[in-house]
Amino acid sequence: MRRGNNILQNIDWITVLLYLILVLVGWVNIYAAVYNEEHGSILDMTQNYGKQLLWIGTSVLLALVILLIDAKFFSTFSYLIYFLTLMLLIGVLLFGREIAGSKSWFQIGSFSLQPAELGKFATALALAKYLSGIDKDFSKFKTKVVAAFIIMFPAMLILLQHDTGSALVYTSFILVLYREGLSGNLLILGLIVAILFVVTLLVNKFIVIGIIAALFILFYLLNKAVRKRLFPLIGVFIIASMYVLSVDYVFENVLEPHQKKRINVLLGIETDIRGAGYNVHQSKIAIGSGGFSGKGFLKGTQTKFDFVPEQSTDFIFCTIGEEWGFVGSFILIMLFLALLIRLIFLAERQRSKFSRIYGYGVASVLFFHFTINLGMTIGLFPVIGIPLPFISYGGSSLWGFTILLFIFIKQDSERLELL
Amino acid sequence: MNRNLSERKYVVIAIFVIVAVIFIVRLLILQVFDDSYILSAENNVLRKITIYPNRGRIYDRNGELLVYDEAAYDLLVIPRQVKDMDTAEFCRVLNISDSVFKVKMKKAKKYSRYKPSIFLEQISKHEFGYLEEKLYKFPGFYVQTRSLRKYTRPIAAHTLGYIGEVNSREMKADSYYSQGDYIGKSGIEKFFEKDLRGRKGVEMVMVDVHNRQQGSYKNGKYDTLSVPGKDLYLSIDADLQAYAERLMQNKIGSIVAIDPETGGILAFVTSPTYDPNLLVGRVRGKNFGLLMHDSLKPLLNRAIMGTYSPGSTFKPVQALIGLQENVLRKSTSYVCYGPATTPIKCTHNHQSPLQLQQAIEQSCNPYFWNVFKSIINNPKYRSAEEAYKVWRSYVLSFGFGTKFKTDIPFEVSGNVPTAEYFNKIYGKGHWNALTIRSLAIGQGEILVTPLQLANESVIIANKGYYYPPHIVEATGSPDNIIKEFRVKKKTMVEPDKFDVVREAMLEVFEGEHGTARWAKLEGVKIAGKTGTVQNPHGKDHSIFVAFAPMDNPKIAMSVIVENSGYGSTWAAPIASLMIEQYLNDTITRPRLEKRILDGNLISRY
Repeated sequence: MRRGNNILQNIDWITVLLYLILVLVGWVNIYAAVYNEEHGSILDMTQNYGKQLLWIGTSVLLALVILLIDAKFFSTFSYLIYFLTLMLLIGVLLFGREIAGSKSWFQIGSFSLQPAELGKFATALALAKYLSGIDKDFSKFKTKVVAAFIIMFPAMLILLQHDTGSALVYTSFILVLYREGLSGNLLILGLIVAILFVVTLLVNKFIVIGIIAALFILFYLLNKAVRKRLFPLIGVFIIASMYVLSVDYVFENVLEPHQKKRINVLLGIETDIRGAGYNVHQSKIAIGSGGFSGKGFLKGTQTKFDFVPEQSTDFIFCTIGEEWGFVGSFILIMLFLALLIRLIFLAERQRSKFSRIYGYGVASVLFFHFTINLGMTIGLFPVIGIPLPFISYGGSSLWGFTILLFIFIKQDSERLELL
Repeated sequence: MNRNLSERKYVVIAIFVIVAVIFIVRLLILQVFDDSYILSAENNVLRKITIYPNRGRIYDRNGELLVYDEAAYDLLVIPRQVKDMDTAEFCRVLNISDSVFKVKMKKAKKYSRYKPSIFLEQISKHEFGYLEEKLYKFPGFYVQTRSLRKYTRPIAAHTLGYIGEVNSREMKADSYYSQGDYIGKSGIEKFFEKDLRGRKGVEMVMVDVHNRQQGSYKNGKYDTLSVPGKDLYLSIDADLQAYAERLMQNKIGSIVAIDPETGGILAFVTSPTYDPNLLVGRVRGKNFGLLMHDSLKPLLNRAIMGTYSPGSTFKPVQALIGLQENVLRKSTSYVCYGPATTPIKCTHNHQSPLQLQQAIEQSCNPYFWNVFKSIINNPKYRSAEEAYKVWRSYVLSFGFGTKFKTDIPFEVSGNVPTAEYFNKIYGKGHWNALTIRSLAIGQGEILVTPLQLANESVIIANKGYYYPPHIVEATGSPDNIIKEFRVKKKTMVEPDKFDVVREAMLEVFEGEHGTARWAKLEGVKIAGKTGTVQNPHGKDHSIFVAFAPMDNPKIAMSVIVENSGYGSTWAAPIASLMIEQYLNDTITRPRLEKRILDGNLISRY
């Protein structure tokens, strides 16, 4: 009795409220995206919004179950959960059903499950468990390698399913590692690598190497401390040049044709508003035509008449942008920002290292999804098919994000009892 | 160290905030500052559907329907929606070949796989009935209703004109038109285009990505209704027109019959002509080419574009000018030496000397040379040139040498030579009546159209005035008369001068020596004048002007039969039969009629 009371008292209601608002916003916009007069009932199970109601209901149940389970359960069984998830990821490669080129779904009757969605919280748990070990010192090389391996193993399996988007999500754990002591230079290095990649595709690679060389010479002449280290400087320059030269090769031979196209379209190298660029073009039209205050609920034409593909899943933000305009989009971004900052705040107040690391994992995964999904719909990132957390239609993704979030809410609610 | 690391949360939060700010700025640009997306969105969903109004119908003077719109069907195709289909059956239904099908399909795909394009144009109601039953078997094919001009009777093709698709020049001239619209190309279809076309309506509909209609845009706020075209009520008498065309079959020439009381044209015939239904729908292009290259030029409207010397039919005008100028009286007599007369010989055998009435009746050339000479040499005027200028203004007041500018497109003005023209040829002061003597008998430089000749007989019938000849009496309703066409035009000759000319023209039929006495109609007093026009290219043209009944004229007309010899042989009997048909509605002279109908004066070479 006292215990049940405790749960409700100690839960961070702000986070729960933000979660509920986002889920509701998602459902309303799924309804708007697929609404037509023939299927007016909100309980119509042949329509996405009807099914989403079911997913929301089951997600709330899942959340309640998690809140009732002992918080220690997750830290205790982290590795087991991680292991079972890996089994599922391997299993889906063998027995999964192929949908749109990705072999990432289990089909059980009319019900389909995407194990990659479960991989996120399982990885976050395992990473938290590993790094929170008493003897683990992140400054040690071995710890870094094992942590990287925990992250990369499920990512590789998902990559094998040809689900590049979901695999890329795992790079978001770099934020967790950064918080736990990974050198900040690595973040900057990652940024430089990404910038170099884009610049090389846009500009002739020899010009890029020339510019790098010029920068290095300038650096060498201006900085006396650097002048004593000529050879490391030359070494770094050679590595940078090699990287630039290899970008072409990687781009041409490693990426799949549709990925190359999407990148080309994004960078403006190709304009193909009927082919690879169609989605983004139509998505921008839908969002842009919303104007400042939007066209109004159920008044959007671009999403409703199917000009925007995947309008209730990956491109759900188009409906928000079209019907609610800049005002609605702004509010949505603020809601996400509030949730992310709240999660960081909660993570930092944890006494247990496990909870803190897990909390950072949750924030990082949500942040990555939010960034890539919105960036893609407004034409800032290439089209990578990952959902907008809590908003996009889909049972697996809503379940996955709910579990991910509520394990942390549960950990947080018992933060005072631990240790 | 640990404390140091917890500071990193600020870096992480900063990253979150930076991303959010970037998104907000991007959305501000997309949604608030850039309007182009609103346009693109409208382009995506809005389709403007043009509602074509029915073109106005055309009725004759008795309310008989002559031209109307009949539903025709364009077959549209949306290539993306075309599924497996029995191409062979499809081609059989449409009566097209397999290769035509492939070409058309390729063209449609090239235009768009998602948008409809016209697969086959203007399928007639008859063909459509068959197609409609089978259409369900061919997904992706749709039917759009258009209308085709339909003519109830194969008559008056030139008068009615035809419609065709607008060309780029016409579209540039009037922004009302867009590609594929129809416009009147000739005849009254052209002249009354703005009345007949009505106003197109527009319906804005929303479509989905597959171009399927999803309902009206903003509850039809931007839709406009189409307004049907105005009907036209002609002065043409369809039965008379049809009869006139029959009479002119296998002959080259024209008939223009006018109601002298209104100036309304009763029959407007050019021969050879064609069936107006030939220039409608899909067969138009082919038939137009055939008509275009026909050596007899059926597309040429001889009644307004053919110019002829008026010949003897001009003599009444000459007499009237002489009478008004007081150089001629009813009793004035001149001597005629027949073929030996100078400077103009006479081709007719008659008594001499003779007075005005006999001169008209028997078409004496020397008599009118004398009349013309006395007009030009009138001492009232200081020179021949000055007298000629007066003479010319008389002729112009009869409607010659000018256009009537009513509702007859492509009308030509003919020619009444100016004094300046003779000055240029002969030198100022170096010409006189003798120099231009051909004009005395309606030959030489003077050229008139059959319409102008018919108008001459209107003037004589009305004793000195006319209403500009026109085809359409009223638009919209029979009472809504076009007032501009009812403005009386007076000649320079006073009414009392006409009696002697009219009496003489009556004698052309009634008189013992009348040139058209063979074509006399019992019980109806017809006044007429024959003409035989020398034709440098072949046999003379037969010309006749007439009006009837003498005392209360209801019909005035001109008839020209090319290369047929004397006016009395062909043109006069045709005029007589026309008058009988119009006034009595029966033909009592079957033998005369048969001779005319059977007469084949066309030798193709």
